[in-house]
Amino acid sequence: MSENTNAKLIYMANQIATFFQSQPAQEAAQGVATHINKYWERRMRRKLFEHIEAGGEGLNPLVIEAAAKIRKPEAA
Amino acid sequence: MNLVREIDFGTPASKSEKLVTLTIDGREITVPEGTSIMRAAMEAGIEVPKLCASDMMEAFGSCRLCLVEIEGRAGMPASCTTPVAAGISVSTQTQRLKDVRRGVMELYISDHPLDCLTCAANGDCELQDMAGAVGLRDVRYGYDGANHVKARNNGEINRQWAPKDESNPYFTFDPSKCIVCSRCVRACEEVQGTFALTISGRGFDSHVSAGMNEDFVSSECVSCGACVQACPTATLTEKSVIEIGQPEHSVVTTCAYCGVGCSFKAEMRGEELVRMVPWKDGQANRGHSCVKGRFAYGYSNHKDRILNPMIREKITDPWREVTWEEAFAHVASEFRRIQYQYGRDSVGGITSSRCTNEETYLVQKLVRAGFGNNNVDTCARVCHSPTGYGLNQTFGTSAGTQNFDSVEHTDVAIIIGANPTDGHPVFASRLKKRLREGAKLIVIDPRRIDLVRSAHVEASYHLPLKPGTNVAILTAMAHVIVTEGLANEAFIRERCDWSEYEDWAAFVAEPYHSPEATEVYTGVPAELVRGAARLYATDGNGAIYYGLGVTEHSQGSTTVMAIANLAMVTGNIGRPGVGVNPLRGQNNVQGSCDMGSFPHELPGYRHISDDATRETFEKLWGVTLNNEPGLRIPNMLDAAVDGTFKGIYIQGEDILQSDPDTKHVAAGLAAMECVVVQDLFLNETANYAHVFLPGSTFLEKDGTFTNAERRINRVRRVMRPKNGYADWEVTQKLAQAMGLSWNYGHPSEIMDEIAATTPTFAMVSYDYLDKMGSVQWPCNEKAPLGSPIMHVDGFVRGKGKFIRTEYVATDEKSGPRFPLLLTTGRILSHYNVGAQTRRTENVVWHPEDRLEIHPHDAEQRGIRDGDWVRLASRSGETTLRALITDRVAPGVVYTTFHHPSTQANVITTDFSDWATNCPEYKVTAVQVTPSNGPSDWQRDYDEQARQSRRIAGKLEAAE
Ligand code: SF4
Ligand code: SF4
Ligand code: SF4
Ligand code: FES
Repeated sequence: MSENTNAKLIYMANQIATFFQSQPAQEAAQGVATHINKYWERRMRRKLFEHIEAGGEGLNPLVIEAAAKIRKPEAA
Repeated sequence: MNLVREIDFGTPASKSEKLVTLTIDGREITVPEGTSIMRAAMEAGIEVPKLCASDMMEAFGSCRLCLVEIEGRAGMPASCTTPVAAGISVSTQTQRLKDVRRGVMELYISDHPLDCLTCAANGDCELQDMAGAVGLRDVRYGYDGANHVKARNNGEINRQWAPKDESNPYFTFDPSKCIVCSRCVRACEEVQGTFALTISGRGFDSHVSAGMNEDFVSSECVSCGACVQACPTATLTEKSVIEIGQPEHSVVTTCAYCGVGCSFKAEMRGEELVRMVPWKDGQANRGHSCVKGRFAYGYSNHKDRILNPMIREKITDPWREVTWEEAFAHVASEFRRIQYQYGRDSVGGITSSRCTNEETYLVQKLVRAGFGNNNVDTCARVCHSPTGYGLNQTFGTSAGTQNFDSVEHTDVAIIIGANPTDGHPVFASRLKKRLREGAKLIVIDPRRIDLVRSAHVEASYHLPLKPGTNVAILTAMAHVIVTEGLANEAFIRERCDWSEYEDWAAFVAEPYHSPEATEVYTGVPAELVRGAARLYATDGNGAIYYGLGVTEHSQGSTTVMAIANLAMVTGNIGRPGVGVNPLRGQNNVQGSCDMGSFPHELPGYRHISDDATRETFEKLWGVTLNNEPGLRIPNMLDAAVDGTFKGIYIQGEDILQSDPDTKHVAAGLAAMECVVVQDLFLNETANYAHVFLPGSTFLEKDGTFTNAERRINRVRRVMRPKNGYADWEVTQKLAQAMGLSWNYGHPSEIMDEIAATTPTFAMVSYDYLDKMGSVQWPCNEKAPLGSPIMHVDGFVRGKGKFIRTEYVATDEKSGPRFPLLLTTGRILSHYNVGAQTRRTENVVWHPEDRLEIHPHDAEQRGIRDGDWVRLASRSGETTLRALITDRVAPGVVYTTFHHPSTQANVITTDFSDWATNCPEYKVTAVQVTPSNGPSDWQRDYDEQARQSRRIAGKLEAAE
C-alpha cells in the first residue's frame, strides 16, 4: 500500500470531519459515518480501518468516533 | 424529408392576456392586445409584404413595404408598427397599396446588383421574394447615378461602394447587397446583446458597419451569427452556403457543446451539412445560438479524426489498425483476464457528459451488469458533483430549479463563479435582455467578468472576492439577511423545517460571520456585501446562477448549500423568476448525472444500497448488483497507483487533460494494463491507451441530451457515422463480446428502458419527445407535461433543509514561495479541453491560452504584455504568455485550459471538495516569473505525445 494514497485518505476523512464538526454536535459523528458509508468504496474503507487499528495517527478524533458507525468491509 | 420552414410572424408575440378582435381582408381574427397588425394578419394566414421586420426583434418601421389601409383612418400605416385595435377593419391589398409597394421595391432594386442567378442567397432571399410578391416588373433607374453597387462609376472611384469583408471565418459581409433594413443591427442589440453593429451616415449615405468601421473579426463581434440569420439578403451570408449552395432538407437536433442545449435545424444537402440554424421553437434558445453551436462543427470532418479501431501492446508501441471484431474481442479478453487475475473490482468505466443519455446509460450498465462492480464515474465529477450533493441535501433533488425562460421574470440576478457571456452565451444574451429591461445584477467573482460592465449592462454590485472564500461571502450575506430582519419567515415556516432554520439562523447571526469580520480574508468591503444582500433579499424575484467557480473548490458542496440557504431564507424558490440555477459546462452534464454515472447511485439519483431500486434493475438485467459504492475517478487513479485497479473503459472523456494534477493522472493511467479510449481524436488520455475505439459525432447518431434546465432534447442523426458505428453501438458490441445479451435496435429502445426503470423519466419516449419538442424531467403521471419549475408546492425532500455552512480556508494557501492565487476559466470560442473547437476556425479568436496578471504584479516581476512566463505551483510548472489586465485583482492570476500544450493542470493540485472529490481547480498558489520558452515537462510531454500517436504504416500526424 502506498504511503501517499494513505495520506490522501486521511486527508479526505479529515475534510469530511471538518464539515460535520460545524454541524449540531449530536449529528456530527453520524454525519461522518453516513457520508463515508454512502460514498467510499470498500478498499477505501478497509484502508481507513487498517489505519485506525494501527493507531489512527493524523485522523480527526471525530473520524475515530464515527468509525463505530462505519460499515466495516470484510478483509480482502 | 423537407426543409423545416419556420413562419416569420414579423413581430414578437404579445404577452398580454387581454384579447382583441378585428377584421383583416374580411377575416375575423382574435389576438392578444398589443399584437401588431402584421402579426395578426400572419396568424390569419395573410402574409403582408415586409423587409425590415422579423419576429426575433421589435418592429422598426423603416422599409415602408408593409403598409396597410384601415377603414375610417387616413393614410397607410405600417402594419409592423401599428398595433391591433378592437373592431378595426384592415385591408392588406388595394390599388393604392400596390402602387406604393412597387415604387418602394423599385427604389430598392435600383440600388441592388442584379446577379440573382449566381447569388448565394438565391432560393433564400427575401428581397427577391418581395420583388415577386409586389409584382415588380421593371426598374426605371440604372446604376448611372449614385449607387452602392459598382466599385467605379464611369471610371471614377465610387465612394459609396465598399468591398466585401471576409475577415470572419464563417460568414461574409458584402455591403453592395445591403438594403439598410437594420435587421442585423437590431439582432445584434436585441437578440445577442453585443451592440457590435451600427448604421452610420444618413439617408442615401447610411450603411452598416461593425464596431468603429472595423472589419468583423477585429470588432466587438462575437460571431454568434444572429445578424446573418436576420439578414434578408445575401449581404451577410454563411461561407458554407456560398461554397455549397442552398440546403434541401433539414433535421432538428441539439447542440453538442454547452449545457444551454440550443436546438438547431441542421440544414443539409444529401449528407453534407450546409449550415446550422437555431430553431425558434427551441425552448432553451428561442432561435438564438453562439459561435460554437452555429459554426464550429468542422471538427467532424477534420483530418485528425480517427476512423478505425486500433490496438497496441505497450503504450510505447505505435498503434496498429485492427477490425472492430478484433478490437472488441481484445478488450473483452483483457478485461476478463484482469478481473481473473486482480479481482472483480480491478476494472471500471467512465461515462461522458458529451455523449447522449442513452450512451451514458449503456456504459454504466456495462460496468454494473457486465463488470459486476460499481466503478463507474463521469467527467461531471470534475465539475458539478457538488451541485448534486449540495442540492440533494437541502432540496432533495440534484438539479437546477428553473427553466431558462424564468430569467424573463427575474428582478435581481446573482451570478457567482460563472462567466455566462463566455461559458453559456445564449443564456447570457437572455439575461442581458432582462437587465436592459431594468433587472439588477450582482456579480460575485474574483475576476471582472464581461457582465460587470459591457454595452448597456452594468452590475449593481461586483464582489471581487479572494479565490476560495465563496462560503465566507455567502454566509456573510445570510448574516445580513437574518440580522437585518429580511428573512421571509412566512415562506420558511410553510416550506422548511423551522427548528433547522432556527439553528441555522443563530449560526449565521454570530458576529464572526458579519461582512465586517469576514472582510479581512474575503477582501470584499463589508458595505458591498451588505448592499448586495439587501438588494437580493428585498428587490423582488431573486435568482442565483452559478458555475464551476462555485463547485471546483475544497468547499464546493458547502458553497452549493450556502446558495440553497440564501434562496430559502428569502423565499426565492418555486415560481418563475427565482431559484437556484447551476450553469452546466458540457452539453450533457445533467444527463450523465441523471443516468446513474456516479459510483454510488443508479439512474434517477437512487443510492446503490437501496434494495428496491437494485431489484428493479436486477430483474430487468438478470444479474445481481453489487450494493457497495464503487470508486470515483480520483479514487480509481489512486487505486491504480496502489496496484489494485488495472483496466478502464473511457468513453468520450479526456481525463489526462481535464482532470487536476496531470502527473498523478498520468501515473495512474501508466500503472494500468488495459486502458480503452473511445473518442473522435487521439486525445491526450489516448497517449496512455492500449485500445482506441473511434467515436462518432452528434451529427451521426440518435439520442437525447439533457441541458442545464433538465430539458430532454432530441439529438437526431443527419449522416452515417464516418467511423461505422454510433457510440451506443460500440458499447453494445463491446458488451456482447463480453457475453452480455444486449440487443437494442435503436436508441429509442434504450430510452424506453430508462423510462421503465426511472420514475422521473416515466413518460419520456422518443414519440413523446417528437410530439412535445422537449420536456423537462420529472415527466411522469404527476407531471405529464414535464416540470419547468421545481419545488412549486413543496420541496422534493418534504421540508427544505437549512444547513450550517462554516467557512474553512483551503489548505492551498499562498505563501512566500507561491505568493499568487491562480484561478481558471473558459472563453467563448472554445469548449472544455478544446479537442473539438481547436479543430475549427474558432482558433482565430483564441490561438493560445494566456495568463492574465494585474499590472502591479507584472511590474514587480518585470513582465511585459505578451512575454513568456513560467507559472509554477507545488505540483509542477508550465509556460505561457502573459496578458496584463486589471480584470484580475492584484495577487490573483487567471488562465484558460483549452490548449494541451499549456497543460494548466500540471499546475493544479490534488486538493478536492470534501464531499465529492470534485477537484479544486479554482484556487492554486503559484509563482510567476519571466521565462524564455517551454518547460522541461512541456518538452518531454510533447515528445511522449508525438511518440504515442504513431500509427503503424502511416506517416506521423503533423499536429
Ligand atoms: S455575429 Fe453576432 S455579435 Fe457579431 S455582429 Fe452579428 S449579431 Fe453581432
Ligand atoms: S446587412 Fe442585411 S440585415 Fe443588415 S441592414 Fe443590410 S440587408 Fe439589412
Ligand atoms: S455552445 Fe451552448 S450556447 Fe452555444 S449554441 Fe451550443 S448550446 Fe447554445
Ligand atoms: S416591415 Fe414594416 S416597415 Fe418594414
